[in-house]
Amino acid sequence: MTTQTDSKANISQWLMVFWRSAAVPLVAVILALLVGAIILLISGANPLAAYSALAKGAFGTPIAFGRTLEKATPLILGGLAVAFAFKGGLFNIGGQGQLLVGAIVAAAVGFGIDGLPFIIHMPLALLVGSLAGAVYGAIPGALKAYTGAHEVITTIMLNFIAINLTDFMANGPWKDEGIVARTPAIAEAAAIPTWGNIPIGFFFAVVAALATWYLLYRTTIGYEIRTVGFNSNAAKYAGIGVSYTIILTMAISGFLAGMGGAIETLGVVGRYQPGFNAGLGFDGITIALLARTNPIGVIPAALLVGAMQAGSSQMQFDANVPFQIIDVIQALILFFVSADMIVRWIIRVKPEEGEQVTLSTSWG
Amino acid sequence: MTTAAVPKARSRGDYAKIIGLIFGVLVLIGIIYGYITNPVTTTAVLASTLRQSTPLVLGALCGLIGERSGVINIGIEGQMLMAAFIAFLANVYTGNLFVAVLAGFATGAVLGAFLAFMSVTLKMDQIIGGTVINILALGLTSFFYQTGLTTQGKMQPIPLGPLADIPLIGPIFFDNPPITYTTLILVMLVHYVLFYTRWGLRTRAVGEHPSAADTVGINVFKIRYINVIIGGGIAGLAGAYLTLEAVGSFERAMTNGRGFVALAVMIFGKYTPFGAWGAALLFGFATALQTQLQFAGQLEIPHQFIGMLPYLLTIIVLAGFVGRTRVPSAVGKPYEKE
Repeated sequence: MTTQTDSKANISQWLMVFWRSAAVPLVAVILALLVGAIILLISGANPLAAYSALAKGAFGTPIAFGRTLEKATPLILGGLAVAFAFKGGLFNIGGQGQLLVGAIVAAAVGFGIDGLPFIIHMPLALLVGSLAGAVYGAIPGALKAYTGAHEVITTIMLNFIAINLTDFMANGPWKDEGIVARTPAIAEAAAIPTWGNIPIGFFFAVVAALATWYLLYRTTIGYEIRTVGFNSNAAKYAGIGVSYTIILTMAISGFLAGMGGAIETLGVVGRYQPGFNAGLGFDGITIALLARTNPIGVIPAALLVGAMQAGSSQMQFDANVPFQIIDVIQALILFFVSADMIVRWIIRVKPEEGEQVTLSTSWG
Repeated sequence: MTTAAVPKARSRGDYAKIIGLIFGVLVLIGIIYGYITNPVTTTAVLASTLRQSTPLVLGALCGLIGERSGVINIGIEGQMLMAAFIAFLANVYTGNLFVAVLAGFATGAVLGAFLAFMSVTLKMDQIIGGTVINILALGLTSFFYQTGLTTQGKMQPIPLGPLADIPLIGPIFFDNPPITYTTLILVMLVHYVLFYTRWGLRTRAVGEHPSAADTVGINVFKIRYINVIIGGGIAGLAGAYLTLEAVGSFERAMTNGRGFVALAVMIFGKYTPFGAWGAALLFGFATALQTQLQFAGQLEIPHQFIGMLPYLLTIIVLAGFVGRTRVPSAVGKPYEKE
């Protein structure tokens, strides 16, 4: 008897915890969709038709579902990159640049080497691409640690630099034969396969999310990163090397974003070409905050945004709504999930303790 | 605070002044040399420097008004972009450039009010609040953008009588379109308001020590709101500059990171209007020189590397100077009334 009531109490307790952490994001998404519907009405479109076409394009067929997973893959990694940096008290808006660098370097390893077996070539290209992202992420980390240059601006500047740099590489040293500015196609042994309609790269992203959670909450490094993020002065007095931790946090964050680019190259596009996955940096911010910076929560958050992206062309086709409405809805999600005062006022859920993200300390 | 720190600070200030003086003299010699050897190009580059710097000065003024009152504005980019778009539409549908500029200013101010609402009333993280504005502006402008809209034209330079005929100085300073003139006036105006009026004193007090300001009866929320709204309007002018004065039409994401570069300009200029103006001129000069070199085809360097210049310069400036800049103490912190 007692065990039964215990388990019942456990379930209701667990539901309560789930509701507390998931209520704000859920309500935020609903509010964002409502405001998005109003904007659609203003622009003269039918919101119901638009949203149902969106859902059909994201989940209607097995192919559509596969595309949702494919779109969600770099989003999971981009969201993880932002969420991970948040835990260390850093705001990495440079996911875009780190992704581009990871993508083009993975492509270079993919087309540059010939004759390796799949079991070596694919993981090698994935790892080197991710490491390139790590190096590119470590730059703003080092700038922050040693000069105090704020990572929000330096990462954005490095995004623009990465766009120019990859554009140059795809037009110059790594250019394919012919007139199109792109790298040659990667070797078959470097490609990440699909399993029916399901891209295998998606599972890599899920594993990365689990590994990020483990790193943050079950290792010493993760503890130090979170301590620096919570209070860097306290961390310093506790004997943690703050500069080193900042650089490491940004490097791991860049690694995750770079991995997103590498998977996109090796599993989806098959080469690097300019105009590749633009805007991921901002998507990553929305996803990380929608997940309340929890690495596991990043998976459903990225699936939601990925579904919207996958369905947007169907929506444009069926309901004649420009796909950019997706960006507007994402901005609204970000607003409502961050302005949780509004949401909590509507649904009356108290905030959890210790889950607040504080970033804007100052520029110093 | 301690007496020992005072002479150290002063000597560093003197040191900076000497370096500044040497730098200034070198720049002057460079300009005169350039003018003697190649007057046409020199005048063109310097006039272009002033115009290129205009959106950066305006963005930096927006940022510094906000931060002096304690609110970080990372949404300048979005405010500029949205204002550029609305100003363009206003020009398309009314054909009146003055109305279009006002529409740009108003758009920026509305987004400023939105930022103030998020950071002051909702006490949201200020950097996230600004990011919301950036994404929203990018999404809304792309969503409502239609190709094929045309305008009657853009704003033309107005030569200021005989002043415009002075060699070198005339074409640079006294033969500009209206928003560029307005920017020069705004630099002086913001400097005066910030350092010589009661409003400015209150703004700085709120940015440094809001609870002390509150104790003496200053309304912290009101000061922050008004500063961020006016700042947004100034960023809106920068957007109007882009569509009405520089390009003459709207393009997706046409701000191209200028809002973020403006923040670096603000920091480099040590949170003062004249400092920001000087810093923006440096950035404007880099851009103008880059354009000139590309036109002349004198460079073997691939255009992508030339395109990186302003962004690299921003990073160098931040890395080299941010540690030495004193940031308003209360910046980034929402104020909680006790």
